[in-house]
Amino acid sequence: MGWLTKPASDTQVTHRDRLWLYIVATIIMLLLVIPTFIVIPMSFSDSQYLEFPPSNWSVRWYDEYFGSSKWMRATVTSLQIGVLTMLVATPLGTAAAYALFVSGHRAARAVFMFLITPMIVPVILIAIGTFYAFGRVGLNNTITGLVLAHTVLAAPLVMIVITASLRTYDLNQELVARSLGASRLKAFFAITLPQIKFSVLTAALLSFLTSFDEVIVAIFVSGGVNATLTKHMFAALRDYIDPTIAAISTIMVLVSSVLLLATQFIGNRDK
Amino acid sequence: MENRVDTAGINEHELKTQEAREQLTLLGLAAPAVLAIVAIIVIPVGWLFYLSFVGSDGNFSLEHYQKMVQYKSYARVFLITFQVSLLTTVICILIGYPLAYFLALLPQRWAGIFMLAVLLPFWTSLLVRTYAWLVLLQKKGMLNDFAIYIGLWETPVKLVHNMTGTLIGMAHIMLPFLVLPLYGSMRKIERDMMHAAANLGASPVHAFWKVYFPLSLSGMVAGSLIVFVLCLGFYVTPAVLGGGRVVMVATQITAILENQFDWGAASALGVVLLIATLIILYLAARLLKFDAALFGK
Repeated sequence: MGWLTKPASDTQVTHRDRLWLYIVATIIMLLLVIPTFIVIPMSFSDSQYLEFPPSNWSVRWYDEYFGSSKWMRATVTSLQIGVLTMLVATPLGTAAAYALFVSGHRAARAVFMFLITPMIVPVILIAIGTFYAFGRVGLNNTITGLVLAHTVLAAPLVMIVITASLRTYDLNQELVARSLGASRLKAFFAITLPQIKFSVLTAALLSFLTSFDEVIVAIFVSGGVNATLTKHMFAALRDYIDPTIAAISTIMVLVSSVLLLATQFIGNRDK
Repeated sequence: MENRVDTAGINEHELKTQEAREQLTLLGLAAPAVLAIVAIIVIPVGWLFYLSFVGSDGNFSLEHYQKMVQYKSYARVFLITFQVSLLTTVICILIGYPLAYFLALLPQRWAGIFMLAVLLPFWTSLLVRTYAWLVLLQKKGMLNDFAIYIGLWETPVKLVHNMTGTLIGMAHIMLPFLVLPLYGSMRKIERDMMHAAANLGASPVHAFWKVYFPLSLSGMVAGSLIVFVLCLGFYVTPAVLGGGRVVMVATQITAILENQFDWGAASALGVVLLIATLIILYLAARLLKFDAALFGK
């Protein structure tokens, strides 16, 4: 245990002095992580009642989930909406972030602030607002409607990721290409995009996750055959505790973890 | 723009048109995003704003806002919303500060790995985490079992479908929103500052409170305000873990729409929520700028 008496920094503090901090931080990190992953062992329980640790193991809740046309239909809908949101929000947000970053215009900052308003307006307000407006134009309970709403929620994230990556990128390279006769469009696709491609990929994954995990707008705007996984899950949580939810949650945790680790892995590759 | 050359003497007009054309192209690139926000945020929210001023007779009226002042039930909703938001923020500060401090002390490499403990929950569906707490906190849940096992209490305690459960769940979901900006501001603190303090004879504890803590305040204030504002409009976790007993503004809005289909009343509540959010964010911007001026960042 020699390391304990070694200085923890080049001031007078030793690791022993900081032991309390290490213990407190470990407990907090466990408290953060355990409730996120506890659904995994729970989902393999044999019992009707949610017990932990499970007394008998089984995959019956997965059978239940994969055998249910309601849950399967909802899963497909959520995946569809997530992918479509990703495909719309990524180019939309990237184009806007690029334009505002390149333009030295006075208004650029104001427009940027305007475009990230979906992060400021309370989601419940966006949910009932779109529910009301979509009702007037017949977009409620449609895939298109929810993709539009989710795109607006995901676009600010895309813009923030792309703007951050453009900050570390030397735009003069694009100017060189243009001075050699390339059009702006060509310069962007040939010079800039390849160098920020990992950030674009990160932005795309995050916009998929934003849509896939979104609950509140989905509760209002989606429905019928196009109800999302989260809408059904929320209804199930409010009314009764069905262990099938544990199986679905496990799948959702795995999806987020894999995508997050992917973004961490590719995050710093644009250099 | 870096490509602007000295226009004196050269074909000024031509360059100006080119500049204008350039800005127009860029505007065109940003236009789809602007249009989407107008269509999905501005128009619907503006519509709700309008509806909140339409009375039951179809004319302009302030009745929905008057009701908020007159009825006790509204006062209760506002009070609970404020209470939950404030308590969640305080819990997040108490738990988040040591965690951010720990992460900021680690070498960058290790901090990145331990940061996953914050980021993984952050990117996991809040529905999943709310569900996990529902199970952990129930009477026969793991937390009760554990507390009885170590002798904290003797019979199972009701931890969910009430305020306690709501606060636990909310704090868990909000914590990353505090830790991330706080960690960011802590990372920016120059190590040399602490060395200088030590050199001048300050004990580590003294140096922490006199130098480190004040420098980390801007991140803490920013994070706390984000948490507070997000709590104000929160829906899912209080609805599930509160079990109908913790009625916050968002829960009330949904209830009004589900039970009475009263768009005016629901919109008015939404407008109040939005205005409260905007005021807090405005004050935050002022406060943080003041803070930046104070510390010269």
